[in-house]
Amino acid sequence: MKLYFQYLVILFKSQVQYRTSFWLLTLGQFFIPFSIFAGLYFLFERFGQIKDWNFYEVALCFAVIHMAFAISECFARGFDAFSSLVVAGDFDRLLVRPRSTVVQVLGSKFEFTRFGRLVQSIIVLVFAVSNLPIEWTVLKGVALFLMIASGVFIFTGIYMLAATLCFWTIQGLEVANIFTDGGREMAQYPLNIYHKWVSRFFTFVIPFGCVNYFPLLYILGKTSANSDLYVLTPLAGFIFILPCLLVWQFGVRRYRSTGS
Amino acid sequence: MIKVNGISKSFKVAKRSTGVGHALKGLFHREYTTVEALRDISFSIEPGEIVGYIGPNGAGKSTTIKVMSGILVPDRGSCSIMGYTPWMERVPYVKNIGVVFGQRSQLWWDVPVMDSFQLLRDIYKVPEPEYRANLTLLIETLDLNEIVNTPVRQLSLGQRMRCEIAASLLHSPQILFLDEPTIGLDAVSKIAVRHFIQTINQEKGVTVILTTHDMNDIEALAKRIILIGKGSLLYDGNLQALRSRFGTRKTITADYRETDIPLDIPGVSVLSWSTERAVLSVDTEQVMISDVLTQLSRQVELLDVTIDTQPIEDIIVQLYKEYQIS
Repeated sequence: MKLYFQYLVILFKSQVQYRTSFWLLTLGQFFIPFSIFAGLYFLFERFGQIKDWNFYEVALCFAVIHMAFAISECFARGFDAFSSLVVAGDFDRLLVRPRSTVVQVLGSKFEFTRFGRLVQSIIVLVFAVSNLPIEWTVLKGVALFLMIASGVFIFTGIYMLAATLCFWTIQGLEVANIFTDGGREMAQYPLNIYHKWVSRFFTFVIPFGCVNYFPLLYILGKTSANSDLYVLTPLAGFIFILPCLLVWQFGVRRYRSTGS
Repeated sequence: MIKVNGISKSFKVAKRSTGVGHALKGLFHREYTTVEALRDISFSIEPGEIVGYIGPNGAGKSTTIKVMSGILVPDRGSCSIMGYTPWMERVPYVKNIGVVFGQRSQLWWDVPVMDSFQLLRDIYKVPEPEYRANLTLLIETLDLNEIVNTPVRQLSLGQRMRCEIAASLLHSPQILFLDEPTIGLDAVSKIAVRHFIQTINQEKGVTVILTTHDMNDIEALAKRIILIGKGSLLYDGNLQALRSRFGTRKTITADYRETDIPLDIPGVSVLSWSTERAVLSVDTEQVMISDVLTQLSRQVELLDVTIDTQPIEDIIVQLYKEYQIS
């Protein structure tokens, strides 16, 4: 963990070497989800509500998933951009250092400009929360925190799977974006507005539903009685990363036996 | 210290043919050929040796280095380095080795060299006093004082290579793998790098395995060479023996006072002749150099004589030819 922080510092120093591009990219990252959010706003302006969800509730959902996405893109960018590491042959270099490959890949790249996106989603979060009549309890606070943290883990897990595929394909796979960008677009709305199979897929295969939907019901008080268990649903996101890690280890082993 | 026993490794390589049609076909179906990168390679290296690992491009040098540094798992064979099997016990093993890939940097591009060094200290968990001592020594012997606070991207290739080598020695490894450490360097930097390799070998007893295409590197550093071609080990022994086995020809260039009479010395082939100068090739196994010189001084009035040993490059080319691997 300490090492991860050292990587963070050195790459932050690198990134601020290019100040202008840093600020421009950060600004850009601020406005990209902003336009998506504007779309959300106009949608609700026109239709009032979707199923039984109103604008602010969906905004909360939106903010959580975008925060998780921004954080994971910033701190797990190494896996997201892993193909460049393999193409350049720099993965060999990681293998001759006495640390786990996961930490080293995580530490190989950070995308600090994603702070723009993070700030934007924090603004949306504050905006949504202040407009919702939620009676906050400690458990609800915990649930909100777990939602974001668990989301970060799920995105990281997907990056990891995509990165593993690079061992076979060498090139980065745009396919994985179906699950990262696609998952993000899906999960910014409450899951029950979708078709059954879609919501099932995003509950049991990639557990975005456990991150966003179930705890959201709890926070908004939309659950039936005896619902404290809902707080724990985001843990599915933490569990999701375990098979991803195994798959990653498998990929590394294959790389070392084929050398491609 | 290093024992390599019967290592073999083959790769599957996709067949590539030219033409758009074939390229399109390749999108759906690919044919693979198996390339044997290493065939039954065995050797052992004692502590404190400097070994030059040479061979033409694609001979399997880098593959061997990758196997020995724990990056690749071979198909067959065993390898024991300091008691470790490199690919089985990667993390504890790599603490003991330093690796320099001449063509790839291990430093962080945009930050001062010193920052990279500090990060490497944390990666290898080098204790502070040891790090300090190593750093002082490296900065002094590699003359890095003026460049350690410069970002890597602003360094020249020679400066960068000196930093790369320093970076691979911060954790006091006992074995140093150098994959083409002098590639692209100017003469001054090459000499500095060679000199340094010699210094750490002598003073710290670091075992060095280096691959290179520059025979001067080998001549200056390695008493022992291992020659590999098309994945097989062809020669393992010292440079002197290689010379006496293959480099028995010497070239004599003689300048003399103008004369019309051609030279006639038994056992010597005349490479070129003019009225003032002749270049002769002598096989020292058949004729003694001193006899040739005696003959020469009898037949012409000598002004100057130089005797050249066959350059090591030529010997290597000859070897490649002999084993039909070029």
